[in-house]
Amino acid sequence: MHRLKKIFATDSYIVPIVAVIMGFIVGAIVMLIGGYDPIAAYSSLFQRVFGSSYDFGEAIREMTPLMFTGLAVAFAFRSGMFNIGADGQVLIGMTAASLVGIKLSGMPTYLLVPLAVIAAGLAGGLWAGFAGYLKAKRGINEVITTIMLNWIALYLSNYIVKNFLLLEGQNRSVDNPASMSMTFLASAFDNARIHWGTVLALAAATFFYLYLWKTKQGYEMRAVGFNPHAAEYAGMNVGRNVVKAMFISGVFAGLAGAGEVLGVFHYQSIFAASPGYGFDGIAVALLGLTHPFGVILAAILYGMLTYGSAGMSFGADVPPELIRIVIGSIIFFIAAQGIVRWVLKPFYFKRKKEKVS
Amino acid sequence: MDLQTLGQLLNTTLVFSTALIFAALGGIFSERSGVVNIGLEGLMMFGAFAAAVGGYYAQDAGMGAWAPWVGMLCAMAVGVLGSLIHAVASITFKADQTISGTVINFLAAGSTLYMVKLLFEGAGETPLIDGFKKIKIPGLSEIPVIGEGIFNSYPTTYLVIVLVIVIYFILFKTPFGLRLRAVGEHPSAADTLGVNVKRMRYIGVMLSGLLAGLGGATITLTTTGTFAHNTISGQGFIAIAAMIFGKWNPLGAFGAAVFFGFSQAIRNYVQLFDWSSSIPQEFIFMIPYVLTIIVLVSAVGRSSAPKALGEPYDPGKR
Amino acid sequence: MSAAAPVVELKQITKRFPGIVANDSISLTLNKGEILALLGENGAGKSTLMNIVFGLYQPDEGSIEINGKPVIIDSPNKAIELGIGMVHQHFKLVEPFTVTENIVLGMEPKKGVKIDYKSAAEQVRKLSEQYGLQVNPNARIHDISVGMQQRVEIMKTLYRGADILIFDEPTAVLTPQEITELMAIMKRLVAEGKSIILITHKLKEIMEISDRVTIIRRGKVIDTVQTAGTNPNELAEKMVGRGVTFKVDKQAPQVRETVLKLNNVNSKSKEGVNLLNGLSFEVKAGEILGIAGVDGNGQSELIQAITGLRKIDSGSITVSGHEIANLPPRKISELNVSHIPEDRHKHGLVLDFSVSENMVLETYYKKPYTKNGFLQREVIDRYAEKMVAAFDVRTPSIENKARSLSGGNQQKAIIAREIDKDPVLLIAAQPTRGLDVGAIEFVQKQLIAQRDQGKAVLLISFELDEIMNVSDRIAVIYEGQIVGEVYPQDTNDQELGLMMAGSLKRGGNAGA
Repeated sequence: MHRLKKIFATDSYIVPIVAVIMGFIVGAIVMLIGGYDPIAAYSSLFQRVFGSSYDFGEAIREMTPLMFTGLAVAFAFRSGMFNIGADGQVLIGMTAASLVGIKLSGMPTYLLVPLAVIAAGLAGGLWAGFAGYLKAKRGINEVITTIMLNWIALYLSNYIVKNFLLLEGQNRSVDNPASMSMTFLASAFDNARIHWGTVLALAAATFFYLYLWKTKQGYEMRAVGFNPHAAEYAGMNVGRNVVKAMFISGVFAGLAGAGEVLGVFHYQSIFAASPGYGFDGIAVALLGLTHPFGVILAAILYGMLTYGSAGMSFGADVPPELIRIVIGSIIFFIAAQGIVRWVLKPFYFKRKKEKVS
Repeated sequence: MDLQTLGQLLNTTLVFSTALIFAALGGIFSERSGVVNIGLEGLMMFGAFAAAVGGYYAQDAGMGAWAPWVGMLCAMAVGVLGSLIHAVASITFKADQTISGTVINFLAAGSTLYMVKLLFEGAGETPLIDGFKKIKIPGLSEIPVIGEGIFNSYPTTYLVIVLVIVIYFILFKTPFGLRLRAVGEHPSAADTLGVNVKRMRYIGVMLSGLLAGLGGATITLTTTGTFAHNTISGQGFIAIAAMIFGKWNPLGAFGAAVFFGFSQAIRNYVQLFDWSSSIPQEFIFMIPYVLTIIVLVSAVGRSSAPKALGEPYDPGKR
Repeated sequence: MSAAAPVVELKQITKRFPGIVANDSISLTLNKGEILALLGENGAGKSTLMNIVFGLYQPDEGSIEINGKPVIIDSPNKAIELGIGMVHQHFKLVEPFTVTENIVLGMEPKKGVKIDYKSAAEQVRKLSEQYGLQVNPNARIHDISVGMQQRVEIMKTLYRGADILIFDEPTAVLTPQEITELMAIMKRLVAEGKSIILITHKLKEIMEISDRVTIIRRGKVIDTVQTAGTNPNELAEKMVGRGVTFKVDKQAPQVRETVLKLNNVNSKSKEGVNLLNGLSFEVKAGEILGIAGVDGNGQSELIQAITGLRKIDSGSITVSGHEIANLPPRKISELNVSHIPEDRHKHGLVLDFSVSENMVLETYYKKPYTKNGFLQREVIDRYAEKMVAAFDVRTPSIENKARSLSGGNQQKAIIAREIDKDPVLLIAAQPTRGLDVGAIEFVQKQLIAQRDQGKAVLLISFELDEIMNVSDRIAVIYEGQIVGEVYPQDTNDQELGLMMAGSLKRGGNAGA
């Protein structure tokens, strides 16, 4: 309880909340300029999310991969790296889940599903770990390698689907028998595509927290993230930590891929362009201040906004792209905290004055 | 492959490269001044959008062959406006430069499509416009291979080649260039000599917006003729790669961008070979990205980055 | 002194930073053609004051007059315009640029739109002749010596026509010979009509060159005196606020067996330059060996080689008989080697970790701090509390980030951590850099206490006084080689200086 009080006493939590509010205000102003009714738009946004149990379930489905990719980007950030390649890692995770699920379909489900999930995590981890390895061994900027690896992942996945998993005459793989769907919840959510990935994502966030702040290895990783030189002087192996951090980051992203293939679609499409999970993940990680629980909250917000944006265009005729402006503005205000503090200043001032009197 | 095809391949290479060169040159201005610009993608989007819209209205107003130039002007203006967001956040408010660049990408993706829908009654893309026509340089275009390859190009290509040289000159021969580079290497040294660090950085970032905007415009005005959500799709990130690959030097970035352009162009030509049928096309698509990694692994890259890149300048720091 | 208005007059300048008053109503005057020394400890507020004069900071209160006219100096540009030039302690030079480019930056001569490099180089050459400042206009900064870099800094101000020159701790990185040279340059500048403010905490230099001294302590002016009418002891007392003995108290060393032994150690840089060049020496239990030398002669590389951070190409390094060359840092640390790194912010601490987390930076993985892979927060916190109390580390709590501590307390935290490991060998690199007198005394006493407990101590310092006062034996390093080994009682600054500059060799293996 004492701790909780301390948390709310610090203004590090006020800034993101104010930033969210300011983001919504910017969105409203943009809508007004475009001749739309922001109140109608926002209310239809939330109506869409909370309006029916199906939509609510689907909104959760929307949040799940965001949680994973948000955690992926945040984890790398904490270790001093910018993983802009979560997108490719998701794709590689999907492909691994598809390969295992489809090619080993003879196995009993209780083995097949975990195996496919593990394969997805491992594949995503190795894909990101490779970028970590290049950084550790050759000093190559991970931003550029992960961007390159995104494209390679896209084409490699398409190649594998096309040549080994293709459903004849379609632009997708055959159906994947390994299913992560939570069928027992289907009736509660009116057949919304709820799956175990969500539970896994929450577990991943818990792991993130415990690992980084409670274990010896997490201590090392944070030290490397804050100050690799001091970490090296203290006898830590910086290179190994860089690879490990990228690997874990990639595992999170790979699991997002497993959730999408095994829990939502039950097949894998051939993508014409990058599906964009990773880039959303960057936004979620920044929104969540790269703290695992913050990331979960941010994913919930982000998922609600993107899922609800369709309702906005339906209910108030507002183009759903508006929501990207809102999200972009929120991140802008979080990044440039000076602006938020500047806005808050009169309030702080007033509060202090009141205390004096 | 006969000579004519070779010329065409060179020509297509330049078409694809032009946008990348513009954006990479923009990136150089920003990063040489010490500001990371991961927002090139968004800035290109702003430019592509503005060119498509400006070009459309100019064409509608009967400006004919001048219409694409109006598009170019619009792209520059909107690119600069977009980059100001990055500049304000990262220079004035000292936000993390990577994050504020990411913001640009988000805002660009959202606002351009929002505007398209607003302006064109809910359409997903802008109306098709004519764009630029290729210009044959009399005489020179008769030379085998390079005549077809280089001297029968879009005006944007000629423009960008001139710009590469001009910007090289600006960076390494003029006071402005010396100051810009000083600010990116050692801002407090520059500051104590009376160089206004913030102003130089604002200029660097705004020039990156202007040039990346032109890069985006190039794509709508020479390749697609319209702006849609997938018009840019990653070109800005490739431009960043070209800039790093080219060691933050205009000539190097030019070479790297042409390399990326070439590997995009070769896709259309590789089918002409018999052996190509035995290689899956996905692997051919991968070549530029795989090669980039290989080249980075074999070359030492890091040391040439501006030393103060990514660090906000805070003269009051104790 | 003439009756004309002073060239610089500061009136009651006050500058506050969050938590401290750096300058508290400071007034001082600089007359034309004089050298005024500004004396004070690290952290007394000298640099802040001069940054105000140079337009980098704005004063919260007070006013400045230049040649009798009140001015507001709101930017370095304005300061330059007023004829003020500053030679910074940490040189502000753009490394990949040439000497000429650094000098003309911001005021480039032009030909059309281009920089006229020819005329720029010509002007640089002229200035260098006029003031006797030897520089190579076309060399790049990273290729020239520290002394020449400083001359470039001076020329930057002269190129801008400065009449008032501020030197901020200019001798910190120079050899005694280079210091002599600098003094001559300063005298020449004054003779040419310039006026100089010399910021320093070194009494010897003040006595040698200044006309007057203004002493500040904790942000306040204590006194201004004529140099001719004072002596070092009086100045020191005013600077510190109490009597100071410059001799460090210590007993004769009880030297025992050899602990650290380097034999013919060679290490090359990536470019193939010899950084360590057949380096050999020994440190015995119960003694302090001081490594004297000018910055950049292989000191950092030497430390890195001993601590496992740098690979050596040949030779041997042993600690208590164990070969440690090219072992990973942790293996060496586990042989009870402690290391106080030269750059405490970069290498000694994770500034964004709490004090508590920093206390176990090298031991976190061992019992009892970690059990079954999990950190034992309570054990770590209890340990940190104990260390903070034992070494008097001033911090509001062990939960505070190391970043929030003062330099002296950060250094105390590092020393606590390193000494508590109960090492056989303690390596201390620049352990007192940037600390105030109190903290310096504390650190030096700790080193001597370690020696008295029979530890081998290797001290690397650029401060000759420190080397002379603390060491039992001195080895001089020059271009990656030990060029002389002497005992402090049989040598002097001049001799050490010549060895540091590579022009004298002595002693071979004095201690072996």
